[in-house]
Amino acid sequence: MPHELSNPLALIAELTHRCPLHCVYCSNPLEMQSRSNELPTETWSRVFQEAAQFGVLQADFTGGEPLARTDIIDLVRAARAAGLYINLITSGLPLDETKLSALIAAGLDHIQLSFQGAREEISNEISGTKSHGQKLRVLEWIKQHRVALTLNFVIHRRNVDQLEEMVALAETSSATRIEFANVQYYGWAFANRENLLPTRAQLDRSMAIIKREQERLEGRIRVEYVVPDYYAKYPKPCMGGWGRKLMLITPSGGALPCHAAQVIPGLSFENVKERSLRDIWERSAAFQKFRGEDWMQEPCKNCDRRDQDFGGCRCQALLLAGDAAATDPVCSLAPLRPKVDAILAAVNLAPVSVGAGAGPSPNESLTRPSWLYRPNPA
Amino acid sequence: MTIELTSRPRLAAGCRLGENNQERILQMPERALRLNGPSLEIVTRCDGKHTVQQIVSELQQIYSKAQPRKVEEDILGYLALLQKERALDFEE
Ligand code: SF4
Ligand code: SF4
Repeated sequence: MPHELSNPLALIAELTHRCPLHCVYCSNPLEMQSRSNELPTETWSRVFQEAAQFGVLQADFTGGEPLARTDIIDLVRAARAAGLYINLITSGLPLDETKLSALIAAGLDHIQLSFQGAREEISNEISGTKSHGQKLRVLEWIKQHRVALTLNFVIHRRNVDQLEEMVALAETSSATRIEFANVQYYGWAFANRENLLPTRAQLDRSMAIIKREQERLEGRIRVEYVVPDYYAKYPKPCMGGWGRKLMLITPSGGALPCHAAQVIPGLSFENVKERSLRDIWERSAAFQKFRGEDWMQEPCKNCDRRDQDFGGCRCQALLLAGDAAATDPVCSLAPLRPKVDAILAAVNLAPVSVGAGAGPSPNESLTRPSWLYRPNPA
Repeated sequence: MTIELTSRPRLAAGCRLGENNQERILQMPERALRLNGPSLEIVTRCDGKHTVQQIVSELQQIYSKAQPRKVEEDILGYLALLQKERALDFEE
């Protein structure tokens, strides 16, 4: 197998876990790393060099809030000098006009501005912070620059009925792309799952809206929609397959095959402080663990779709089936699919307080879920 | 969406030519396209200066063995694909 292994295409650089927001679906691990453990500028710069030489095309600067790093401009410059395409995924909170100009001058290619909703109230509720107004200001500043802009909306039960408003917001901006991604149930989202999963009716309505908007905006704005895989017939090829396309580096330098890999017991991760990217990619036991097909169980082992979805997500298998090598339980062929169906049944029977396009109801405070907010590391 | 022969295509913000493992690629937000002979010739001319008509004429010269009509069709098809990817802005 190693002989047919190709290099990773993108490097996900989790620059920090610090963030001014507290999103209830944050993909950061429940145990976050503190500032004192973060990699210094020089180590990141070396990692970018190694990545580009190894054939990586793109660096995704994410976190936490990547702009919480005081050396962010230097990091952009270093990644660009190495020859990488640089994508910044940000809440926009720690941004001002001067910093924006400096980032772009340093070589930033693409900004993904994450929104929690189309309106102030829901955004504040979900992020546990007052943040929406600042994002609208950032949209105006970005119009002054030649930089690609994507608006990212994380979709869930409380905002899935606002898709049209979100599209309208994007149309007032310079965005050429909108990404609607349903929450994926790991980390903080797993803890808040019952309050985040949309109902079947909401999902059906959302798919119709997306299709219509994709057609209407073709050639102007690309609209992408990631559906919640709990409702899917087959799982998604998580991360394009374990250790096949992507490498994620944590704030302290741990090299992971995906965001959530640390939930899998028995895996130990190499650190970029000690080994080169190529060495980790080709030899680390954690990256090898679920490559190829040898680890697969039935029904994946003999399934025709195994080279398309690679058996789904290993972390989801662990979280739902208690076994990271099991068939992803969201797959309709998985022995544990009934467990996912039971979760969906509970969601679809429970009364839902938000109707299509409805504003906050007068008794909103009574129906507001009891969210578990993500705290901020030291 | 039709491509006007008089318009001047230009790579949209966040789309640029890059190189990887000795290959030329067009990098776009969340996408990359490998460029070979003709597609590279087209993309390098999407500079906001060449009109679509000029790109067609220049490539008809470079690929003079191919049927001119076919070259034009291929170029329009490729530009439409890039437009759908939102990789081009068209200037009048
Ligand atoms: S999901 Fe929210 S809390 Fe988590 S890093 Fe992103 S903006 Fe911060
Ligand atoms: S059985 Fe396994 S390989 Fe087949 S569709 Fe389901 S997850 Fe994919």
